[in-house]
Amino acid sequence: MTPALELADVGVILGGRPVLTGASLVAVPGEVLGVVGANGAGKTTLLRAALGLAKLETGDAWLGGRPVDRLSEIERAGLAGYLPQERRIAWNMPAWRIAALGAPHLSPREAHQRALAALADMGVGGLAERGVRDMSGGERAKVLIARLLVTGAPLLVADEPAAGLDPQAALTVMEVLKTKAEAGAAVVATLHDLTLAARHCDRLAVMSAGRIVAIAPPTEALAPAVLAEAFGLDGELIATPSGWVVAARRLA
Amino acid sequence: MRLILLLIFILAASLALAVAFGETPLSVAQYAQAIVHPATAVGEILWGLRAPRAVAAALVGAELGLAGAVMQGLLRNPLADPGVLGVSAFAALGAATIIALGLAKTPGVIELAAMSGALAAGAIVAILAGRLREPETLILFGVALSALGGAATALAFNLSPSLITTSEMMNWLLGSTAGRGWGDIGAAAVPTLLGAGLCAYAARGLSMLTLGEEAAALSGLPMARLRAAAVAGAALLTGAAVAMAGVIGFVGLAAPHLVRGSVSDDPAKTLAPSALAGASLLVLADLAARMIPTAEELKLGVVTALFGAPLFALLAWRASRSWRA
Repeated sequence: MTPALELADVGVILGGRPVLTGASLVAVPGEVLGVVGANGAGKTTLLRAALGLAKLETGDAWLGGRPVDRLSEIERAGLAGYLPQERRIAWNMPAWRIAALGAPHLSPREAHQRALAALADMGVGGLAERGVRDMSGGERAKVLIARLLVTGAPLLVADEPAAGLDPQAALTVMEVLKTKAEAGAAVVATLHDLTLAARHCDRLAVMSAGRIVAIAPPTEALAPAVLAEAFGLDGELIATPSGWVVAARRLA
Repeated sequence: MRLILLLIFILAASLALAVAFGETPLSVAQYAQAIVHPATAVGEILWGLRAPRAVAAALVGAELGLAGAVMQGLLRNPLADPGVLGVSAFAALGAATIIALGLAKTPGVIELAAMSGALAAGAIVAILAGRLREPETLILFGVALSALGGAATALAFNLSPSLITTSEMMNWLLGSTAGRGWGDIGAAAVPTLLGAGLCAYAARGLSMLTLGEEAAALSGLPMARLRAAAVAGAALLTGAAVAMAGVIGFVGLAAPHLVRGSVSDDPAKTLAPSALAGASLLVLADLAARMIPTAEELKLGVVTALFGAPLFALLAWRASRSWRA
């Protein structure tokens, strides 16, 4: 199976400082790959490098088996949809129009229909006509995720899709992404909530200081040694009747 | 579509008013005569003087309204206007330089110089816009270009050889459509149509920029090309406007705001209504400039500034509230 996304020994330097070093990673169709790590560990840079938005100092990045720097804009959009962390929306457009921006090459009618479906998936179908700047931050975040779904791309890359959401909304986001993966998409998402990551991701890439220190299923990736190295936490992953919970006892 | 029809109706009504009223009061019989026999003296007042001037004002207003809507969309900033990136300042500099050099007598030279100034600044900005994706950085460069253009224009004033050229420059820079004829309108058609075409091409990119640069970059639209087209189109339109009527402020700022709410804030859908609204605004402002009884006719740029400045303050006030949200 062709990986949806592949990085080989990728290094990125920003402002003279290496922010990503020797990163190698593969995301395949059907899986949700979580990227976790402390603030500043290089998670966003990893995503940007994979999408051709950051200049690579070393290594190579491929989308759908093709070098990302040789893709035209339309080819790249056909291979990957991206939800940046930045959630500012410049104008007070109705939610459905924002969501429809995910499919600029479809007819307006089709884009409209897809937008309404994606908004309904995200549980904000009733807000389709409301201006996005008249919404709460959480509602706006859901509209932006709907925009990502509308792309219909085989690889969905989401930077902090669950950040700032209440628990129920965060679960909705993860469930929807999981559904997309089950339908054949590859999903790569950075996450801050380790419990959420442990429960909803098939694999986790753990980052620390610009390096990927572990890529494995959650039980391995969040082993005590990794939690100590990547997060400075003395803690562990605990099985409870309702699923995995990451418990931190103290700072490592 | 209803909005467009309404705006076309308002523009037609504004043009009719501008042709019907003027300094010379006419009787009903004279109006009838002018309509039936355009080749009479009264006909000449209506069709040879007032009509081309009104159409020139409409054209300039449409150019500024469209350029303003494009700039606000491109920079994602409700306070942007056609001059924000320094294009107007360089157009004015081009015209002022020609007047200072005493070359203003040759017909068409001032207009050509204004257009060249606008295009020079537009080219610089278009190159920068390809590289600097953050609108804030682009605005800062625009402020610098505007300041440079303004300083160089001040220098032209300073070095002006005589009081007459100084006054000519002043008159020109204050903005006016007085004395504009059908020939001038024909000459402006090419840059205007080209500019409008580029803006129409860039429209979908402006909507996409609503999501920010990174999301737009992955949207599948050729953003670098669309951004360059937006800058080039706005520069052509602004240059054509300055070439026709000097520097006229506030229309390009206000027109997009008048229509934005009616098109659900979508930058692409703001363009055509903003052009129509700008046209009506400037036709009415020009009519006001002609009708307000002053010893010397008020300059159009002065009228728009007098009405526009309070509006600008109001917009800034309202925008500051939405920024907090």
